Amino acid sequence: MTVVLTIMGYGFREAVRRKVFAVVVLLTAIFLGLFWLATHYVFTRLSTITPPAGVHVDSRVFAGAFLLGLAMFATLFLGVVLAVFLTLGVVSGDAERGLLQPLVVRPVGRATLLLSRFLGAAVVCIVYVLAVYGIAVAIIDLTGHWTPPSALAPGLELAGGVVIVIALSILGSVFLSSTANGIAVFMLFGAGLTAGLLGTIGHALNSPTIEHASRDAAWALPFEALYQDGLRIISSNASGLTGFLLQLGPFGGAYVHGWGIRLWSVGYLLAALALAVFAFQRRDL
Amino acid sequence: MRLGLVRRAAVDRGLQVRRRRLVLGARRLLRTPLGLLGGGTFHVAAGHGRSVVRTLGAVPSALAVHALEKRYGSVQALKGVDLAVEEGELVGLLGPNGAGKSTLVKVAVGLVRATRGRAEVAGARAGSRAARAELGYLAELFRFPGWYTADEVLSLNQRLTHSDGGAAERARLLELVALDDARGRRVDGMSKGMQQRLGIAQALVGSPRVLVLDEPTSALDPAGRRVVRVLLEEQRDRGVSVLLNSHLLSEIELVCDRVAILRAGEVVAAGSPSELSRPRGVELETDAGTRTIEGATREDTPRLVAEAVAAGRQVYGVRVLTSTLEDTYLEAVGDEVS
Repeated sequence: MTVVLTIMGYGFREAVRRKVFAVVVLLTAIFLGLFWLATHYVFTRLSTITPPAGVHVDSRVFAGAFLLGLAMFATLFLGVVLAVFLTLGVVSGDAERGLLQPLVVRPVGRATLLLSRFLGAAVVCIVYVLAVYGIAVAIIDLTGHWTPPSALAPGLELAGGVVIVIALSILGSVFLSSTANGIAVFMLFGAGLTAGLLGTIGHALNSPTIEHASRDAAWALPFEALYQDGLRIISSNASGLTGFLLQLGPFGGAYVHGWGIRLWSVGYLLAALALAVFAFQRRDL
Repeated sequence: MRLGLVRRAAVDRGLQVRRRRLVLGARRLLRTPLGLLGGGTFHVAAGHGRSVVRTLGAVPSALAVHALEKRYGSVQALKGVDLAVEEGELVGLLGPNGAGKSTLVKVAVGLVRATRGRAEVAGARAGSRAARAELGYLAELFRFPGWYTADEVLSLNQRLTHSDGGAAERARLLELVALDDARGRRVDGMSKGMQQRLGIAQALVGSPRVLVLDEPTSALDPAGRRVVRVLLEEQRDRGVSVLLNSHLLSEIELVCDRVAILRAGEVVAAGSPSELSRPRGVELETDAGTRTIEGATREDTPRLVAEAVAAGRQVYGVRVLTSTLEDTYLEAVGDEVS
């Protein structure tokens, strides 16, 4: 346990020294400031938003869920940025710089070393994602007096999505150089988001083929599925036209959801970590 | 305070040396009867017909590689290397660039997997937890996080090796590598030579049985090299086995008990520096001048002097000429540029 904490601390200090946290905290502060401003303006002018006659839309629920969906997207993005920059060079990058070899020859073991680095990054990212998500929920609640039906579950699913990205980044770092790994993980992340948007488009166009493609992508990249499931939860009490409109928007709709995808995500995470450990143990340094 | 620490460290060291010597003595005593009982084999593998591997059934070598092969794609880096480092022995590894020295070292410490053959540290498979627990290693290309101080680097390594030496061990190691004044200095504020000495100190954390040092003096000035030389001799006296990979022949010649010369992934010469040196004749200085008698050996010297005296010559000096390790090295690796 001491060794695990030592390696977690080593990774943490490295991130502090490389100013990863400084950049992320600055970006987060800017985002939260702008988000508060946007939320403030939306809710103070809520009464001026008038839907066409005969159309019933609960504008408070619509605005609240839409804004929280936006905040969740930003939180996921910032969380992924933090996750990737904490882990993109854990194996190849550190080996190229000569930082890894003195650690690997110690009695610690490669599996412990890799899993400790994963744990260190996961703890930091989970705390970060939950904090930013919680602040966003608080801003909407204080400004617009709207809270999602379940406040905690979407945050946990967002954090889960980021943890999966960490596992993928660590797996990539065994095979790829830091730069190549960073590009690969961000492209995977982009592909997942695009697939999610594709599903929304498929839903709007009533195209089963596009929806099917989006569903397959969500299983292949479950961080996207967890994010979608979180979006589904925050709009789950919106019924009628309000719910339909939220489903159509970029921050609504989940075509793969429920316990099936959650369990799949856990299995996916464990498989990615097992593969990373297996590959790392066989890798020449 | 500092003096007290140094004194306590010296006492610790003294106790450790005595304990090690006792263990070492007992092991050496065991070896002969075991050998007579057929418990050991004597393996000849080097080009010059000298013993390279000595495996004893009950007392494993501190570090041993057997028929070791490593292939990187189409490149065969090691072609069946046999080598052993016995307890309390300092073995030097020489060879031109690309000879396979670093690959051999990396296999021995578990950084690289062998394609064929086996490598063992204190009887445990190289790279296994048991092997790593016995090992101290300084890589050729290494780096410590720049924001760590010298003391923190050692402290980190103490935690990773489960060493309970505490501050006393850290102070002793920093003193050993002449970094006691740089204890609180950050790595990124150190010269290359200081970092290399810190690298040697971290390799010694936890008092390992086997030390593997890959080019440990490449960035050191003559004074730094001397510090390392003294340190290596002290480690050997304590029973620590050392595998030293270096390009510096003079260094190897000065400190190593045995030397193995690698060329294109094979051991082409091995033995003690004196075994590797060859007689090159006898130089006789008389009133008629200095004359070199080619092919003569040390044993011929009295006869040569007697003959000169009998011939009415005044003999002022006699010198037995032998080849240096450099000559042997160049002979073994041919004209390959290192």
